[in-house]
Amino acid sequence: MSTVSEDLPTMEIKAKLIPIYVMGKKYEVPETLTIMKAIEYAGYKYIRGCGCRGGVCGACSTVYRKPGDHKIYTGLACQTVVEPDMYLTQIPFYPALRATYNFHEMTGTAEEVFALYPELFRCVACNNCTKVCPMDVEVMDYISALKRGDLKAAAEISFDCIQCGLCASRCMGELPQYHIAQLARRLNGAYLTPRAEHLKTMVANIETGRYDAGLNGLKEMDVAQLKKVYQEREMEPATAGEDWTPKDKSYL
Amino acid sequence: MPFFISKSDSDEKLRQKVKEISGENFQKCYQCGTCSGSCPMADHMTVVPRRLMALLQLGNRAALDEANTPWVCASCHACMVRCPRSIDIPKVMEAVRQLKIRDRLDRIEPGKIDKKQIADMPQIAMVSGFRKLTS
Amino acid sequence: MKVAYYPGCTLKTKAKNLETSALACLDALGVEWQELERWNCCGAVYSLADDDLIHLVAPVRDLIRAKQQGHEMVLTLCSMCYNTLARANELMKHDEEKRKTINLFMDEEPDYFGEVKVVHFLDFLRDVYGWENFKAKVVNPLNGMKVAPYYGCTLLRPKEAGIDRFDNPSIFQDCMTALGAEAINFPMSTQCCGTYQVLGNPEAALKVSFDILTNAKAHGAEALVLACPLCDYNLGKRQPEMKEKYELAGDVPLFYFTQLMALALGVKPEDCRFELNREVSLEFLRDKNLVKATA
Repeated sequence: MSTVSEDLPTMEIKAKLIPIYVMGKKYEVPETLTIMKAIEYAGYKYIRGCGCRGGVCGACSTVYRKPGDHKIYTGLACQTVVEPDMYLTQIPFYPALRATYNFHEMTGTAEEVFALYPELFRCVACNNCTKVCPMDVEVMDYISALKRGDLKAAAEISFDCIQCGLCASRCMGELPQYHIAQLARRLNGAYLTPRAEHLKTMVANIETGRYDAGLNGLKEMDVAQLKKVYQEREMEPATAGEDWTPKDKSYL
Repeated sequence: MPFFISKSDSDEKLRQKVKEISGENFQKCYQCGTCSGSCPMADHMTVVPRRLMALLQLGNRAALDEANTPWVCASCHACMVRCPRSIDIPKVMEAVRQLKIRDRLDRIEPGKIDKKQIADMPQIAMVSGFRKLTS
Repeated sequence: MKVAYYPGCTLKTKAKNLETSALACLDALGVEWQELERWNCCGAVYSLADDDLIHLVAPVRDLIRAKQQGHEMVLTLCSMCYNTLARANELMKHDEEKRKTINLFMDEEPDYFGEVKVVHFLDFLRDVYGWENFKAKVVNPLNGMKVAPYYGCTLLRPKEAGIDRFDNPSIFQDCMTALGAEAINFPMSTQCCGTYQVLGNPEAALKVSFDILTNAKAHGAEALVLACPLCDYNLGKRQPEMKEKYELAGDVPLFYFTQLMALALGVKPEDCRFELNREVSLEFLRDKNLVKATA
């Protein structure tokens, strides 16, 4: 039996090591790692600012700088690969209040959004939000759409938003952009996009018991009967045209 | 109403700040009163535009703080086009507003505006109101 | 001639009557127009602080869009947007230092030097289209309807943005006369309605608006003609409040200038969007036999 003191296999690091700075301290990390993995390689343990590790939850949005460059760079720590001399700090999640509303009493008008988020009109179109977005969402454009009452456009433009909060952190007008966009998407989905009529019909059919006889029939069959019914079922041929219908039309 | 003028009441920093922010030399004003005569909102001001210019010239911060003048001003520029000294008075008003606004002392609270009113008003009302009256 | 049309946020929602009638007029006049793509809100007011540049970014960005999209002229309908865009344009043309800083800040956009011209529909008609050409397109003259053009403040002041002289302007009257209406002059036609003070000092804004309506009526105006949705709110939508507080005798009909233009140019009635005006305005038109009475 092996004991704890036995040598554990070590990994040979073949990647080149590059320097990065985490909260002012310099570390040499393999250049192939993402920011998140590099910070963990340096010995830190994430208890905040870390989530799906897959680029969709918005927990690890990171701000960093590069030497000799005045720009502020952003990216998701779990997706962005480290670069030499990258200057990273730990930044807590930026506070942004969400309005409370009774969604089921709303109807999807622009005025409802204006009333809940009047700060929308404080936007000065500085474009800081779009510049900082790690998902390349055109934040200023959807705020602009919202100001002119176009909830549908705002919903479409903000589709890729992962609610990381960086836009709100840089906003001159102090808007919580991603909360307003979420409201727009919710209203658009629930009240503005057309309803699927065939879904309504289908649900009504089910509720009035149209398929009960068929389903009950199947439930009463034994395995041999089920196998037979399954193998003899009629399938739509691969080359069927638009007007193909099955022989048994009772469930159409 | 007696009004005392003394060197100790004159806030030089205030005057400098207003000059900087407005880019205007309000010392030029010779108190003709054309601005007050042109101003549509003058009846609703505690201190009319002409008098505000005098207070500025004297650097009287206390009186300026009390005046509601810049908060009632509608930036209509009627005063500016008539001023015989070509002082851009709206810019001076904006500077006096900015003294408070840049200290985050907003005049109106977007969150406290009646929701029905927000729904009724054209968007330009909110956009312009927030630009002029909030930080 | 081709113009870029800049709507501004309000024209897409609360002032659809201004937009629809205006675009129908442009079509009737044979002017090629295209809505500016990716436009943003211009800010509605021009920033008056000398050291403030961030509030210029919004209107300048719109002008950059116009330049990028190959336009030489941007046409506006809303007076506030006109004023903001025009003044921002003048700054970019003449103030070298501020222009440099703004161009440097907007590093994600191409540099702008004031190449585009900003016009309001009224000065476009006077200077580019021409009153004679305009008169020739009138098919339903307005039969001497007594209307008072109300300029408000942002169309005329300050001088660098003004579409006419501020003390005795005639451009708006010329437009109404060209339509066959009788333009009533009244002293308060260039006085401010209160604009954003509807938020800060609603009482003051109500009183100044009431004074304007009273003054217009006293000079024989049957209706007021406007160019700005905020004037329409202060002078129009707040009339019920005026009735309560100041005993406004009777509602005053209000129209956007483009709606009367559309009527006179023979545009389809549904494109004039009168149903979005207040009831009193519709009644006024019915009395004059300019629209069919509704069942």
